[in-house]
Amino acid sequence: MVVSDLIEKFGLTAYSGKDGLDRQVTGGYASDLLSDVMGHAREGQVWITLQTHKNVMAIASLKDLAAVILVKGHGPDDDAAQQSNEEGVPVLGTTREAFEMVGELYEAFKEHEIL
Amino acid sequence: MEYDYEIQGGDFSSAGFASSHLKKILKQIGIEPKLIKRIVIALYEAEVNIVAHAYEGRIHVEIEPGQIRLEIQDRGPGIEDIEQAMEDGYSTASEEVREMGFGAGMGLSNIKNNSDDLEITSTVNEGTELTIIKKFK
Repeated sequence: MVVSDLIEKFGLTAYSGKDGLDRQVTGGYASDLLSDVMGHAREGQVWITLQTHKNVMAIASLKDLAAVILVKGHGPDDDAAQQSNEEGVPVLGTTREAFEMVGELYEAFKEHEIL
Repeated sequence: MEYDYEIQGGDFSSAGFASSHLKKILKQIGIEPKLIKRIVIALYEAEVNIVAHAYEGRIHVEIEPGQIRLEIQDRGPGIEDIEQAMEDGYSTASEEVREMGFGAGMGLSNIKNNSDDLEITSTVNEGTELTIIKKFK
């Protein structure tokens, strides 16, 4: 499963980082605490968060995450979108709340035997 | 090989510059990806600490045969009780910093967990100095 499959399956908005839509997805991590993600997220995961600032992209890129999914209709800040484009790590969005998004992703990942 | 970086306190958009640059270098010289990840986590947290707490800071990186040494020095309020600062969940970060998702009190333990050796010295009202060593084996 790659990032663009998630966009299609869940009707996500692709805000930025479109060069990275073919990145392989190996799981997910949900947290709004940046040090928690820094310490515990793993390469290839999608990160579900409501944080929209540029540091999110620094972490996503340093950790080689597959993509960031912003919840509750949020979009990335301008400098975050710019860094997402530069690094080719997509920022996606949904109007769902984090709980729903994570639940649906978890089901799908189980089904595709990613988890 | 040696690299130097300067960081301004309060400038959150600059946090991650040094770690991102170092990540590329370590990749180029063929350091094992697992080790790169650990080094980058430690350096990123140190960068964020400067931005969140200090007025300014300097990072000096030395890549030696067999290990990497990161020296992070800031001018700032210093740490009164280092043992307490090392505790998970303890933070003196401002409300503004916390709203960005920083200041969860996990930074220093992330640094410790991802280094082989961590030394912290600090003088209140002057600043803090970290020396982080990660061996390549």
